[in-house]
Amino acid sequence: MKHRFLIVGLLLLFGLSSVWAQTEPPEADSMVVDSTELFPAAVSDVQVVDKPNDHGHAVIVTWETSADDGGGKNNVLRYEIFYSTSFDGPFDSVGAVPAGTGEFRHIGSKEPLDSAFVPDYTDLFYQIDAVTADPTIRTTSDVLGPVQCSGQWFNTGRIPVLVAVLIFGLLTAFFVLSAKRGKKLYVRPIGGIEAVDDAIGRATEMGRPILYVLGLGSAADVATIASFTILGRVAKRVAEYQTELIVPTYDPIVMSVAQEVVKSSYFDAGRPEDYKEDCVHFVTQSQFAYVAAVNGIMLRELPATCVYMGKFFAESLLLAETGSLAGSIQISGTDEIAQIPFFIVACDYTLIGEELYAASAYLGREPKLLGSLKAQDFAKAAFVVLAIVGLLAANFEWSEFTTLFQVID
Amino acid sequence: MRRQIPFGLVFIFGIFMVFQFFVPHEKSEWVYEFLLDWIIVIGIFALALGIWSLFKVSVEKIKQGKEGGNYSYITLVGLYMMMAFGFTQQTGDGWGLYFLWIMLCSACIVSLMRLRASTDSGKKRMWALASGGLLVAAVLVAIFDDAWAFFLYTPEGLENSMFEIFFDHIMMPILATMFSLLAFYIASAAYRAFRARNVLASLLLLAALLVMSRFNPFIPGAEYVANASNWLMNVPNLAAQRAIVIGIGLGIVGTALKIILGIERGYMGRG
Repeated sequence: MKHRFLIVGLLLLFGLSSVWAQTEPPEADSMVVDSTELFPAAVSDVQVVDKPNDHGHAVIVTWETSADDGGGKNNVLRYEIFYSTSFDGPFDSVGAVPAGTGEFRHIGSKEPLDSAFVPDYTDLFYQIDAVTADPTIRTTSDVLGPVQCSGQWFNTGRIPVLVAVLIFGLLTAFFVLSAKRGKKLYVRPIGGIEAVDDAIGRATEMGRPILYVLGLGSAADVATIASFTILGRVAKRVAEYQTELIVPTYDPIVMSVAQEVVKSSYFDAGRPEDYKEDCVHFVTQSQFAYVAAVNGIMLRELPATCVYMGKFFAESLLLAETGSLAGSIQISGTDEIAQIPFFIVACDYTLIGEELYAASAYLGREPKLLGSLKAQDFAKAAFVVLAIVGLLAANFEWSEFTTLFQVID
Repeated sequence: MRRQIPFGLVFIFGIFMVFQFFVPHEKSEWVYEFLLDWIIVIGIFALALGIWSLFKVSVEKIKQGKEGGNYSYITLVGLYMMMAFGFTQQTGDGWGLYFLWIMLCSACIVSLMRLRASTDSGKKRMWALASGGLLVAAVLVAIFDDAWAFFLYTPEGLENSMFEIFFDHIMMPILATMFSLLAFYIASAAYRAFRARNVLASLLLLAALLVMSRFNPFIPGAEYVANASNWLMNVPNLAAQRAIVIGIGLGIVGTALKIILGIERGYMGRG
């Protein structure tokens, strides 16, 4: 029994001593390493320039990577970039990039009270540290600078866009003027637009209302603006046929504009007394609450025709399927690529992408509007030709041609 | 003149926006951001118009005795109660007469709606008296109850537990329910779309089956199916999408030009 206690006691003593041995700090002398051998070579050929084509407050720093980055001692882990407004410092860290990188974009804030503010028209100095796994072992480059940053008045990286816009503008002007002079322009028929009149006639015969949904876009979206124009045409026909129109809106600004559009259409149709302001009304700015409200209107009012034109997101199929259940003829149009398949499946007619923008011109048949459609068609033809030439140029490594259209931001 | 001034403004600001895209300078950005701020300012004023429109339409539904008209009470009481929750918060541990105040406000809104919906003058007088009485009672409770207070300029109201309960536990589940309906609607729409009525529809069905099987590891030859569906998505599908995107881009530029130059005037009510 005594031996057993003795053995247990010895084991405990052994265990405790081993734990103590592990926790005791090692002798300091044995850890001393000549760390100067581990210091990596500094970066070389450092250049600092003002970032071009921007609003200022930004500098591009480039360098040749350290000789110990990917070679030599191969111990550089990252580069840290410091900047100061004085040659003598103090230098503040502005960021870090991993080893192998030779460029850093110091994009500062333009707000003077922001800690990341970088002043324009002021001398700026930079230093780059090649840092190893141990942050204390690093090599600092010489101080680089001064460099001054400033904003530019023209973004040369966007010249291809400017040229394209100018050519397209000239094409539009040419065809609008041609149309004004009386030249007949052929525009291919769009099934969805031709169906609008029939759909309004159907609603009149059935004595049921027409539901027009402008989507979830704001009044600043071009798709919503195109939708306003189509709404104007639809409202004019509705006024002529004396049918009821319901326009539930998602955005109060869109509501105000739509009210004005519908009111003007009733005036144009010579029936201002039939206009009811509440036919265009605000519902909510919550996406699915809006869907619930519009679906409720569909199932209660059973509209003969539902028209969806504008920007639509996840609610597109929820609306279109409910309209289908309500037995309505449905015409839709959106420029949201992801929603087009849903509309195609659930609606009777769908305006795909650009057809939404063409619809107003097609409905109005005004020469000026048709002229712009022709310009679009020619621009598309030009795109097709350029795409084919670009394909050949890329395959034959004709980089002069492919870089010609590069937009640099 | 009523139309010329808006067209002039559209032209000036439209041209400015076109040039601003090519001018990155700080001063040009400042004007751009200043103009964008105006959208927010106009939006706030328009929201008041929107709420007024919602109130009028809801009252009209009650007035006409339309089907589902009673939901209008819930809509408006919900709207104003959430506003009330968002501007109030308890000052101590208890709620005092807060719930009485909420009930008085709700009753006041309902009686105001009844007042506007009534056509009979006797009933109008009765609802006017009821609304006035309830409003006075609600104001008195708000003045004399110290357990809670109004926070009109600071965000304490957004931490009101009532606001959180109604938003997180009522509003969010309802919205999630609406969104989840999409799964069933996709199934029913897919059923209609994928019926093999002709050659093209059959091709669509085949492509859909391939794409749907893409992530199913249990089907025989899963790797080949995945490769085939990836090719469908990345080559023909992407090519068609890019064509549509180019068309949309041109359509947007064309429409914008027409609006700036005043060729397209439909959005101002001149079709």
